[in-house]
Amino acid sequence: MTESVRMTIDGQEHDVPAGELIIQAAQDKGTYIPRFCWHERMNPVGMCRMCLVEVESPRGPMLVTACTDTVADGMSVDTKGPTVKKAQEAILEFLLANHPLDCPVCDKGGECPLQDQAMSHGPGDSRFVEIKRNYEKPIPISDLVLLDRERCILCARCTRFSDEISGDPLIEFQERGNVTEINTFPDLPFSSYFSGNTVQICPVGALTAKPYRFRARPWDLSRVESSGMFDTSHPRISIHSSQNQILRIVGVDNDATNHGWLSDKDRFGFEYLGSEDRLTTPLVKRGGELVAVGWAEALDIVANRIDLIWEEDGGSAFGVIGGARGTNEDAYALSKFARVTLGTNNVDCRMDDALSSHFLAGSVDRALISDLDTADTILIWAADLKEEHPNLYLRARRAAQELGVKLIIVHPRATGLDDRATHKLHYRPGGGFALLDEIAEGVHPEIASALAAQKVVVIVGQTSFADDPKLAESVAALVRSKAGTVRIMPLARRANTFGALDMGLGPDLLPGRVSVGAIGCASLAESWGEFPTSPGKDTRSILEGLDDGEIRCLLLVGADPVNDLPIGAIARDALEAAEYVVSIDLFLNDSNADADVILPALGFAEKEGLVTNVEGRVQKVNAISPGPGQARADWSILADIADRVGRPLGLALAETIAKEIAEVAPAYEGVTWDLLEWDERDGVVVPIQGSQQINHIPVSLAGPRAPRAGLTLHVARTLYDDGVLMRHSPSLHRLAPGPLVHLNPEDARRLGAQGGRPMRVVTKHGEGDFAAVIDEDTPEGVVFVPFNQPGGVSLGTDPVVRVTAVSG
Amino acid sequence: MSAALIVTRRMIDHPADSHRIDVYEDTGGYVQARRAVGMTRDELVDTVKASGLLGRGGAAFSAGLKWSFLAPARPAYLVINADESEPGTFKDRQLLERDPHQMVEGIIITAIANEVHHAFIYIRGEYPKSARRVQAAVDEAYACGYLGSGIFGSDHDLEVTIHLGGGAYICGEETALINSLEGKRGEPRLKPPYFPAAKGLYMLPTIVNNVETVSNLPHILDMGAEEYGKVAHETDTGTFLFSVSGHVNGPGNYELAHGITWRELIYEVAGGIRDDRKLKAWIPGGASAPWFVPAQHLDLEITKEATEGAGSMLGSGAVIVMDETTCTVRAAERLVRFFAHESCGQCTPCREGTTWMEMILRRIEEGQGREVDLDLLLDVSDGISIGLAWPPKMTTICPLGPSAVSPVIALRDYFRDEVMEHVRLGRCPLGTAARGASNSETDIDRPEVLAVETRRERGSGGRPPGEGSPA
Ligand SMILES: Cc1cc2nc3c(=O)[nH]c(=O)nc-3n(C[C@H](O)[C@H](O)[C@H](O)COP(=O)(O)O)c2cc1C
Ligand code: SF4
Ligand code: SF4
Ligand code: FES
Repeated sequence: MTESVRMTIDGQEHDVPAGELIIQAAQDKGTYIPRFCWHERMNPVGMCRMCLVEVESPRGPMLVTACTDTVADGMSVDTKGPTVKKAQEAILEFLLANHPLDCPVCDKGGECPLQDQAMSHGPGDSRFVEIKRNYEKPIPISDLVLLDRERCILCARCTRFSDEISGDPLIEFQERGNVTEINTFPDLPFSSYFSGNTVQICPVGALTAKPYRFRARPWDLSRVESSGMFDTSHPRISIHSSQNQILRIVGVDNDATNHGWLSDKDRFGFEYLGSEDRLTTPLVKRGGELVAVGWAEALDIVANRIDLIWEEDGGSAFGVIGGARGTNEDAYALSKFARVTLGTNNVDCRMDDALSSHFLAGSVDRALISDLDTADTILIWAADLKEEHPNLYLRARRAAQELGVKLIIVHPRATGLDDRATHKLHYRPGGGFALLDEIAEGVHPEIASALAAQKVVVIVGQTSFADDPKLAESVAALVRSKAGTVRIMPLARRANTFGALDMGLGPDLLPGRVSVGAIGCASLAESWGEFPTSPGKDTRSILEGLDDGEIRCLLLVGADPVNDLPIGAIARDALEAAEYVVSIDLFLNDSNADADVILPALGFAEKEGLVTNVEGRVQKVNAISPGPGQARADWSILADIADRVGRPLGLALAETIAKEIAEVAPAYEGVTWDLLEWDERDGVVVPIQGSQQINHIPVSLAGPRAPRAGLTLHVARTLYDDGVLMRHSPSLHRLAPGPLVHLNPEDARRLGAQGGRPMRVVTKHGEGDFAAVIDEDTPEGVVFVPFNQPGGVSLGTDPVVRVTAVSG
Repeated sequence: MSAALIVTRRMIDHPADSHRIDVYEDTGGYVQARRAVGMTRDELVDTVKASGLLGRGGAAFSAGLKWSFLAPARPAYLVINADESEPGTFKDRQLLERDPHQMVEGIIITAIANEVHHAFIYIRGEYPKSARRVQAAVDEAYACGYLGSGIFGSDHDLEVTIHLGGGAYICGEETALINSLEGKRGEPRLKPPYFPAAKGLYMLPTIVNNVETVSNLPHILDMGAEEYGKVAHETDTGTFLFSVSGHVNGPGNYELAHGITWRELIYEVAGGIRDDRKLKAWIPGGASAPWFVPAQHLDLEITKEATEGAGSMLGSGAVIVMDETTCTVRAAERLVRFFAHESCGQCTPCREGTTWMEMILRRIEEGQGREVDLDLLLDVSDGISIGLAWPPKMTTICPLGPSAVSPVIALRDYFRDEVMEHVRLGRCPLGTAARGASNSETDIDRPEVLAVETRRERGSGGRPPGEGSPA
């Protein structure tokens, strides 16, 4: 419990928490003090002076800024008296003196704190008859954001955000006095993965986002809350739309997931939904061509073929890949479809780039995102959070920078958080186990001692494809043996991976964090009927099964294994060999272009349902538009096929699917739409009532020791890439780095590499030309190639690499 | 009370070479620093407290008290404020150029008293000669073992770093100075929480003292707090350096004990008004200070208390004298323009308000003024300094914005008619001649004027008060 102090606000006595800012305390007690520069999630600067209040002091009443002074016992604050009123009116008149007042054509008009507070606290007229400040307007400061310096009131919210919160201080105050302006540094655009937040928090229309400019008036927008679905953190968002068209997405402030911040991918990455290339009707292959057909015909064709194969070879002839992008309801339907309709456990939502399904879904000591705030030490032995989990990146940065949490980063090269790391270790790709042994044996005493803290959060995942997926479990096991309380955050890609695994989209998992096995299957059989009781094949084995003919029919649900698998060739060969491929998807992609039947699906914001994030938090996502053409939700497509096959799913409405999940999936007991729509808008962490039956305890495993001489290859993802959703979101796709190879200056010198010039990169699995980037962030001996870039080639998982300069 | 020269004594006795270390040491230099090495923090702090030494940077805060507030965290830093940029102020420059060792010795004493091992001297960028002299003095002190590791053979280490400012007046404000030293924008920090004594340079406890303040320290140790305190007038101890400029016959720096009157300072010490013109107004403590006028203030004693009681301050000791040829609108416009130009731009009232004030004043001076403009000007000023009182009730982070209001208060109180005359005539009533004559800027390139002995006796070289006397 925080202590409280007794203070007076406008003559009224209140008990307020000690140490709180006056502006916050007053607000909690129902007194709104006007403000521009103060933002709850950032350090106060007291610059705009809008929040001046009068405080009694031994030397008489004093003007202080309510956003910088904290409450004290016996303090008496006046927020409305003549002095304060004079100050407020003066500040507003000053702010408006040079303001262009182009509100009719300003995106912010109607939701503008300057307009609102001029109305509520301003003098009502302006006596400024001089010539206003003039600037060229607007100027682009990045690919996504424009700046209108005439509208700017110099509150430093944008600069503080980029400095304090996102850690890329690329905009700053320049000049001084009356010609002070916000701007970027020469030749350094504001290229931040988080730039859109500045637009959201700018209290005027000075910063605008290219994708939204001039597209709407705020009062015409309908607003619906949902969750961002670009990574597994599921930031809370509000979707603003007009006539079923999403016009923009803004972050919703909550403690649980995102503090109101969003990555630009979560904010601007909805363009694909409105893409011309969306699939709008079912397509079937006839004479080598994809032909549009009606739903009934397409479903009949699929059902008949399933029937035929099932008659001949039974359930083991089927494989299902995907399902990690939809809702839990979709995933549940798919899980049930695989088991009940297809009769198989060959189902996997992971793309051969993930940790074990039991580790992901079944660790009972899973960390909450908010655990990062209260940890003593955070160990990150995983992807570069800034590139792959931008929300977690912001949270971890804050923990290290503002809350004094120790941060240990283990990665093959520098990550976006290295500047905040207490300790960092760089290792050669594939050398993870050797390093882990060293830590265990005390070779890195500073790390061992940081890990021996009371409360440690371990963020684990694959740093690059060269990491053995089991390494993450060994890391978790080692920390468990050292620290007091350990919380584990295993990372996965694809936004609803955790929901999908919880729904049983793993070869060894059933809904509700239950293992495939006699006991779990038996209890589920009461509602599902009989299905195989031994674990099925994972993605890699399914693809191999297709290749050798053991599996005849593949169902791809929102999955593009050719592009997504670390070794794309495995998927390509398997798809070529497959007898029958059905794809449920939003787009044609490199994996389904040659499928037998392609069924158009609904995407994000086109359907309602539940999703589960990296901490096991279940939130509700909502529909804004009905989707293009005849596209349908995955679950309803699957239910129709199942009906036709004659082994129905009994699923008729998304909301009733959620009810069924709550009944049959132990960890989801009590989780209903109602609960999440009304009482728990920020979600609940499961299990809330039920239990999870698996308790995966990682054990220290030995793994391959791979320290080698020569160059080793580090392939990892970047925020913007050539994934299918990005491909159809042009604003962001343009920002993908492209086919690059990063080299340390020393290696570059040895190899004769020059910045921007092509280098030939050759591995066991592929080869291609990549433009050289020479940077200190890449240690000597390591070669970094961003994965899945437009124009790039897949280089596979083996760290052995040869790099040569391309002559000419 | 005796006339006394303390910090300028050496440069008067040795006009050619007072900056040299041999001269310095021959005249008692570094004896006190050597002594201080053997003293405790408490002894030193108590001595300085007892001496009554007030800061000479403008705020006139007790130096000893400031030291005693230094938070316990270590390392702690010392920063010498040699940014001297207040219009009309040029006294630190003389101390820097002509007696740099005196300041270095003061730094050593301050460092020992405050357990400081690294001091920074922040010198105004436009003072290259000062910087060279100080650098030479610091180098010599290092060579003699007075700076560096184990100073004077003790176990106290002291490094000194010299930093040249980038040309912003606001960097004289102690927290802006600290930001600037850290390589950041020169913007004042919020107080609270960033009081230098607690969270100063690199967020560590920091003492910021003015050049003149620390230059007094060797003498305080030498004379003893009590003796030093006797060079005084009631509350104000020691001497005070006045930079007198403007329309006087003898502009220059004068070291004085407090307590003489303004009449004496202007007419005797500074030789009276040039060409025997009439005195119109003067600024008693640097461009930030509210103005004084002969009718009300000429016989006021020059003490902190009396000056503040009359609604102004002694500030940095810059006395800017304006004679009857001065257009006060133009003088006010020039001063406000300075503050508007030097505003760091952080806070709304200062950034927007001072420029607005400048625009209104310029309009009036150029004959475009309206009847309502003086009231508008006062109301705009009121938004920066509520109530237009002194000391100001600021709506800003630092006192720079409210400083711009001082000349406007003078217009309101003493020169309202002159302002309205501008409006009525649609031009400056003093004519274009006033433009050249009313220049209140200090020409930093003019030859140095030596400090002179205080002349206490009325009439000893001065002129009859109030009027010009035959040359
Ligand atoms: C706008 C402004 C400018 C200032 N400029 C100077 C300056 O040039 N030199 C100086 O010593 N103090 C200056 N000061 C005062 C300093 O903030 C600080 O009070 C002083 O350096 C403390 O030293 P002292 O206690 O020895 O006087 C300025 C203050 C303000 C508000
Ligand atoms: S651009 Fe917006 S957020 Fe940034 S300083 Fe200006 S008004 Fe504030
Ligand atoms: S008063 Fe002026 S100089 Fe001082 S902090 Fe505010 S804007 Fe900057
Ligand atoms: S909100 Fe407090 S100064 Fe801006």
